[in-house]
Amino acid sequence: MRRSAAGQLVVLPDIVVERPKLSLRGVGKVYRNARGEKVQAVQDVSLDVAPGEFVCLLGPSGCGKSTLLNMFAGLDRPTAGEVLIDGRPVRGPGPDRTVLFQEPALFPWMSVVRNVEFAMKLVGVHKSERRDRAMFWLGKVHLGRFADAQPHELSGGMRQRAALARALACDPEVLLADEPFAALDAQTREILQNEMQRVFQETGKTVVFVTHNVREAGFLADRVVLMSAPPGTVVVEKRITAPRPRSYDDPALSQVVHDIHEHLIKEVEKVVASEIGA
Amino acid sequence: MSRARSVLRELWPLAALIVLLIALWQLVYVTGFYNPAVFPSPAQVWDSLSSHVRDGTIQSAVTHSMARLVIGFVISVILGTLLGIAIVASSVVQRSVGRLMIGLQSLPSVAWLPLAYLLLGIGESAVMFVIIVGALPSVSLATAAALRQVPPLLNRAGQTLGARGWRLYRSVVFPAAIPNYVSGLQQGWAFAWRGLMTGEIITYGAALGLGQLLTTAQQRLDAPEVIAVMVVVVAIGMIVDLAVFGTLDRRIRARRGLLLPAVA
Repeated sequence: MRRSAAGQLVVLPDIVVERPKLSLRGVGKVYRNARGEKVQAVQDVSLDVAPGEFVCLLGPSGCGKSTLLNMFAGLDRPTAGEVLIDGRPVRGPGPDRTVLFQEPALFPWMSVVRNVEFAMKLVGVHKSERRDRAMFWLGKVHLGRFADAQPHELSGGMRQRAALARALACDPEVLLADEPFAALDAQTREILQNEMQRVFQETGKTVVFVTHNVREAGFLADRVVLMSAPPGTVVVEKRITAPRPRSYDDPALSQVVHDIHEHLIKEVEKVVASEIGA
Repeated sequence: MSRARSVLRELWPLAALIVLLIALWQLVYVTGFYNPAVFPSPAQVWDSLSSHVRDGTIQSAVTHSMARLVIGFVISVILGTLLGIAIVASSVVQRSVGRLMIGLQSLPSVAWLPLAYLLLGIGESAVMFVIIVGALPSVSLATAAALRQVPPLLNRAGQTLGARGWRLYRSVVFPAAIPNYVSGLQQGWAFAWRGLMTGEIITYGAALGLGQLLTTAQQRLDAPEVIAVMVVVVAIGMIVDLAVFGTLDRRIRARRGLLLPAVA
């Protein structure tokens, strides 16, 4: 396999994580579609995420990467295997694992700052502290001036930044992100990817980030986990050791991105082939 | 100034329509096609209306009717909201009470009156009963629909932030349901209003409301008064709808960015 300065291709199970923050152990998911047929969405996925690690789940659409993320979030359950946090089974959603959805999911009846305060209220932050801490996080994502705006008054990128502030304000151990920038225009996406990287460096959270964008994965991740065409399983993992803060112009990074891209294309071709019945 | 202008802009089409209808009415009256004894002119209706306002009959009837309506509506909103929540919370309730409510929604309020008389006697309680059962199916089904239409994404966002159980409902699901809930109440109000008229028109032995005024005017063959009272009924319906529900609805939707920009 090809090797580059910035990263190396590693075939499972060479990556061993001591005391993982999050784990999937032989996880599978079968669901019934609208016609009542059983569909294997995810098959035998095992993955360990180290504390403070930024892992990107990458794969063609329908490979079950969002399903895996929802399992970490406690919004979905596996039909086989185990989902663990700190070695204990995930039993449901909780504020120790906040989620950044593809849509910002701000509460439209609350102002931006109230959205952030609401998250803190739920984790029991005292009322007197909430405003200051909310403003701190809004400042981090450059939304301080828009604290009192209603979500609908913001642009898509600003809303997603507000959602990021809200997700971080309750000080989760894990941040889960489900293609949070996919609906944004290219320029806004790049700005937000930079902010994401900065926030990650400053907070040291464990992050699992789902995307179908190879460049985004290469730019953000400590490790990219590439999933197969459905039924999704892990095809290959790649560690990205390029130092942070990274820049898109980093030539080493483009080499990694190129390598991952080749793998991804193979999986996408399989999906297309099955769709056209070849 | 700008507020007055915006009210004017909002109301001129309705005002124009009313003027047009009165003009047509006058025209038909002038042709003499209908017997003037049963088809009064706009001026006669106006005279009847203003004389009944001067002697206080209309005000007293409006007060009685509105008191019944408000009490009946509030009770049906409380009961209907609880039923609606139960319908959403439990599939057994949905398949029993929910389906029964759909059936009852098609039952006109007047069909409840005979039973109400038998159970409660011909009087105040029977009218109240008809208002409540008339609005209940609509309020409960609208509440259930509003709760079901809450975007699953907001629900999931609330859960991942740590809201669960009652707190998830109180902080996320209920507030998210409010715009559609208010639209549902508006519909419930219309049902309650119709139930009230039905009850009052037919029921003696209750304090004189607008419905009773209609009945007594008809018995006296006083066509101007019949129409005058009808005008009051329609006017109150419009005012409540526009001023109370319309304003509430617009405020809630504007705050959430749900108002479509006006087409100029």
